[in-house]
Amino acid sequence: MPTVKMTGHLYRYFPTLENRVITVPAGSVADVLRAVNEIAPGFTDYLLDDCGALRRHVNLCVNETIVFDRKTLADHVPVEGTLFIFQSLSGG
Amino acid sequence: MPDMILLGTRKGTVIFDRTNSTWRPRPILHAGIPVCYAACDPRDGTLWSCLDHGHWGPKLSRSRDGGGTWEEVLSLKYPEGARYIVQYLPAPDFDPAAPVGQPEYKSATVFKIWHLAFGNAEQTGRLYAGTIPGGLFVSDDGGESWELNRALWNHESRGGDLFAGDATSENHWGGTPASIDYGVFEPGIHSIVLDPQDSNRLHVAVSSAGVLESADGGLSWIGRNRGLLMDYMPNPAAEWGHDPHFMANCAGQPNHFWQQNHCGVFFSDDGAQNWKKVSAPDAGVHFGFPIGVDAQDGRTAWVVPARKDSERMAIGGGLYVARTTDGGQSWQSFRKGLPQNDAYDIVLRHGLDVAGDYVCFGSTTGNVYLSEDRGESWHCLGNHFPPIYSVRFG
Repeated sequence: MPTVKMTGHLYRYFPTLENRVITVPAGSVADVLRAVNEIAPGFTDYLLDDCGALRRHVNLCVNETIVFDRKTLADHVPVEGTLFIFQSLSGG
Repeated sequence: MPDMILLGTRKGTVIFDRTNSTWRPRPILHAGIPVCYAACDPRDGTLWSCLDHGHWGPKLSRSRDGGGTWEEVLSLKYPEGARYIVQYLPAPDFDPAAPVGQPEYKSATVFKIWHLAFGNAEQTGRLYAGTIPGGLFVSDDGGESWELNRALWNHESRGGDLFAGDATSENHWGGTPASIDYGVFEPGIHSIVLDPQDSNRLHVAVSSAGVLESADGGLSWIGRNRGLLMDYMPNPAAEWGHDPHFMANCAGQPNHFWQQNHCGVFFSDDGAQNWKKVSAPDAGVHFGFPIGVDAQDGRTAWVVPARKDSERMAIGGGLYVARTTDGGQSWQSFRKGLPQNDAYDIVLRHGLDVAGDYVCFGSTTGNVYLSEDRGESWHCLGNHFPPIYSVRFG
């Protein structure tokens, strides 16, 4: 099962995600985010806009590859992979 | 006599509590998060903060115990199919001779929750939220769920019903500079004004479009911009394109409307059907952002004048408040207790509030001033707050 790692900034809003290894079923980036949202309801509202696209100041990586499909989030997160969630070095 | 002052600031919500005649701020709430508007619902005392996360999108936060604990409220969202006609700031390579292209559409997402208004006493749970990119949202359950007001969103001045298809009319709503922070140039609703005597009647002010009124609870809307003048357009009296900075009315005389507009101070005593420019440039009363209106006397209002348009700060380094009691025919300036040297404050559109004899304002320089005598003299509540976006009595 892929692992999800994220900026600690998000733990402030979703403390249930802190100090735990987050593993979810493999699938698209969108699938993985939806799975995290099952653990922490409201999580995707922080990452995605009303249209389901990645917010402007959020970056995702599958392993070491930046996710460029920010609209459909169709990139595959493999079973042994890690989805990283970062806040961009912008905005704020 | 108010007991609380709420500040929305660049770094969180600040609450002042009054004990006898002393006002003390609590430690900052929502620390580090921009709060573009904070206010108290007078019906039940619920406190609201509009969070403007740089990274995580706009959110609403609510406290039902006077600010002791806060909970996030379901994010309001545009429904699927909500679209608008995209606008762009002119780019250096703009070619005015190029043929006009077809409108470009974009699916709507909330960039900013700019203003909240609370329904009348008999409208339990009714809330209104104004947003960038120009949607008005309504809740009838205290913010648990929200619905886009489609009649306004689909107004002919915005291109018509874009849920149904392509534009059927020309879009006249321009972008607000306040949207540029979000990488767009789209309109925003920053003023939602209710009629305490008629719950079906409400007005909104839009940057940059103007004022619209609904007399049927939001089922239909009509422009109310007659008499407004904009000196940045070829036709200053055109129906659309106006830039009200903030609009308010008098609770006791709800047909008395005021707006501090980009191009002057305007007053209406007929429910915004006709506006009259009441600026007094010689007294400095012309440009600014906020305006406050007395709750009983609709001819009394306060502004914090600033130098337009290239400076946007206190005039001549001296901060003052101007008040009219005759519908803008004359203005008095009050400086007692306010800095008169080296003051470069600007007070933003929600940065001034009035409650009886109390008037309070906060500036982007982090200064907060309070008057207990209707603006005639002032004392400072603090100088080192983050940039202040909103001030509201609770």
